[in-house]
Amino acid sequence: MKHIVKIMTLLVAVSALWVGLLQTSIVPQSHTWLLPIYFVVSLGCYGLLMVGVGLMQFPTCPQEALLLQQDIVEAKQYLKQKGVDVIPTDVVDA
Amino acid sequence: MEVQHKSKFSVIIPTYNERLNIALIVYLVFKHLRDVDFEIIVVDDGSPDGTQDIVKQLQQVYGEDRILLRARPKKLGLGTAYIHGLKHASGNFVVIMDADLSHHPKYLPSFIRKQLETGADIVTGTRYVKDGGVHGWTLMRKLTSRGANVLAQTLLWPGVSDLTGSFRLYRKSVLEDVISSCVSKGYVFQMEMIVRASRKGYHIEEVPITFVDRVFGSSKLGGSEIVEYLKGLAYLLVTT
Repeated sequence: MKHIVKIMTLLVAVSALWVGLLQTSIVPQSHTWLLPIYFVVSLGCYGLLMVGVGLMQFPTCPQEALLLQQDIVEAKQYLKQKGVDVIPTDVVDA
Repeated sequence: MEVQHKSKFSVIIPTYNERLNIALIVYLVFKHLRDVDFEIIVVDDGSPDGTQDIVKQLQQVYGEDRILLRARPKKLGLGTAYIHGLKHASGNFVVIMDADLSHHPKYLPSFIRKQLETGADIVTGTRYVKDGGVHGWTLMRKLTSRGANVLAQTLLWPGVSDLTGSFRLYRKSVLEDVISSCVSKGYVFQMEMIVRASRKGYHIEEVPITFVDRVFGSSKLGGSEIVEYLKGLAYLLVTT
């Protein structure tokens, strides 16, 4: 089943539930009418919250950049010794 | 399990003007994969900076059977570069990684270990978990990355935390199967690969990796990339 169909099915099921709630009026109708708005708003809040939390906990690795620099120096030394001219001849490496 | 120690890994690295980086990567791969049977396949898209000359020199150092140069005449895109490399791969597992050193070869052993432990079809590197991480991204870059991720997680339920990462290990047959049905380009290509694999029911595992962006701002996401991403998301919603 295509994924969009899955999501649509879910939405239809939720809508059916909502219509059912409207018909039976277990809760006052005025409340039921507002449910879709609550749904959309809470979905938006969820998204913003996830982005916010993700941003705050964004894993960073400054130490890895330093380690990489060491690896590069080491690799350059080895390659130079083996005669691989990684630095183009017309570029003077500082 | 008895086939496991006969495993051979083909590391496919597409390059374009990566003269220095390809040499560094090759050195680091050989440094970190000591007791493993592997080959490196460099798919170079006609770099004018002499990347291919360097690869030939590296072949002299490490052996022509360990480093394969499979060049193409011009820039033909990432997806077809993998297909091209795959044709020449003799391993039963394939690793794909970027040539710009944002993917460090020191993580290769953990990919292989994870595959051995779990028997996974795909092991994908993730930046968004403990011990993973990113360096060199601006706040804006982080924000778009998080937003894109939340959107994709909410809409696609892919079952993996890092959809657009491209440091991955595939069982060769699985990569061949998945790649043949992928049509997207760029970022979306990586996402399409993992989503299709997930839908096909392949066993996917994750390992943490770090991602060091050395060329500051090189992975800047502009408006057109965001539009492409959203189109890709919609495409995957209706086709997978």
